[in-house]
Amino acid sequence: MEWRWDFTFEILPRMLWATGNTLLAAGIGYLIALVVGLILMLGQRTPYRIVNFIVREVVEFIRSTPLLVQLFFVFFVAPQFGIKLTAWTSAMLTIGLHFGTYLSEVYRGALEGVPKAQWEACRALNFSTAYTYRRVVLPQAFPIALPGMGNYLVGIFKDTPLLATIGVAELMHTANALGAETYRYLEPYTMVGFIFLIISLPAAMGLRRLEAAVAKAQGKVKH
Amino acid sequence: MALRSCLIPFLQQLGDDVSYWGFFVEYAPKMASGAMTTAMVMGCSALLAAVISLIFGLMRLSQNWGVQAAATVYIEFFRGTSLLVQLYWIYYVLPLMGLTLSPFMSGVLALGLNFGAYGAEIVRGGVQSVPRGQWEAALALNMSPAQRMRRIIVPQTFTLILPPMANLTVELLKATALVALITVVDLMFVAKQINATTWLSAQVFGTALIIYYIMARFALIPFLRWLEVLAARKVGKA
Repeated sequence: MEWRWDFTFEILPRMLWATGNTLLAAGIGYLIALVVGLILMLGQRTPYRIVNFIVREVVEFIRSTPLLVQLFFVFFVAPQFGIKLTAWTSAMLTIGLHFGTYLSEVYRGALEGVPKAQWEACRALNFSTAYTYRRVVLPQAFPIALPGMGNYLVGIFKDTPLLATIGVAELMHTANALGAETYRYLEPYTMVGFIFLIISLPAAMGLRRLEAAVAKAQGKVKH
Repeated sequence: MALRSCLIPFLQQLGDDVSYWGFFVEYAPKMASGAMTTAMVMGCSALLAAVISLIFGLMRLSQNWGVQAAATVYIEFFRGTSLLVQLYWIYYVLPLMGLTLSPFMSGVLALGLNFGAYGAEIVRGGVQSVPRGQWEAALALNMSPAQRMRRIIVPQTFTLILPPMANLTVELLKATALVALITVVDLMFVAKQINATTWLSAQVFGTALIIYYIMARFALIPFLRWLEVLAARKVGKA
């Protein structure tokens, strides 16, 4: 099968429109995941050990099962209980929950990466807990969390093709539809690959730059 | 059997949910055979990924400009595009170019190539963190570069790379669910099939999730921990 440029340009507008949907899905999913991650991290640091244990196990469960199965679970099970979820809603919920568990680990690692002496010094200076977090701990935890946070943004972006399986009209879904309409799969699928490459490579490079910039602003030299 | 599978949707329509136990007895064998396929896809692609990781991880460190560039292009390409896209490309587009692979082979190939690219970066990091003195000592003992790699450097990297490799292997197990989309009859595929005939979605996908969880938490992770202990003992770091 020969590559056809006229066909490529014919489907390009639809592919670009779908790229917008893919980016939107990744963006919304990431925002939800950032918040869910925070909740799950705090849920493991409560004074009640039983709560910490349960949240920990839930996080472990979600982390060690496939996103694809979770996607189908949410999409098909909610209607069984009378909740009508659109493909978009179930997709955003699942992505938010799945990557929220990963981000909770990133947050946890970052907080633990701040030396204990920092806490003790704040105690000695009679700072309140809120003030300690805001002015001392979080500014130091942020650069530690940044690489992980960035990686999962790119990770969510690369997992968005899974959303096609439940009918979210993103890139992969559009490529499938175009293939079914025209019986040409070579161009749509190859274009999806290249669009992903064009977006994720600069994104990864930009993240590395950002990390270096933050490390520099914090007065630390990156190794 | 046939009567039963007619009865289940009927009972559902009556609003009278069948018990989970009834569902389990009926469909457990099918799901177990799906889980076996998942384990097989996982095993084959893990082996392929391990070989690719080692080869391309070392190529990344080559002094030869061309070899290094080839490895970088491969790694960035497979890490930069999505696994599902690679899977579809191998399964649907390669046949158009005259290379037809079975669904199982396509799945293993895509998973192996994709995770091999991630693994190669881990191998590179591991080799680079072997202390400088080890390289110099091997040089002082007049070892050839190949000998030095094989006998001094690579064995020491195993303890370093196993923990991140273990994480990657769990990711691989989860990623095997994608092969269901190119018609490999794995756990996910079986679950979708049962869901399509019975609409007992909570039961079927719930059970699938639990099976994946058990495979990861109580089979794969203990095995990988055991490997880590074994590797540590081999290099005398137990």
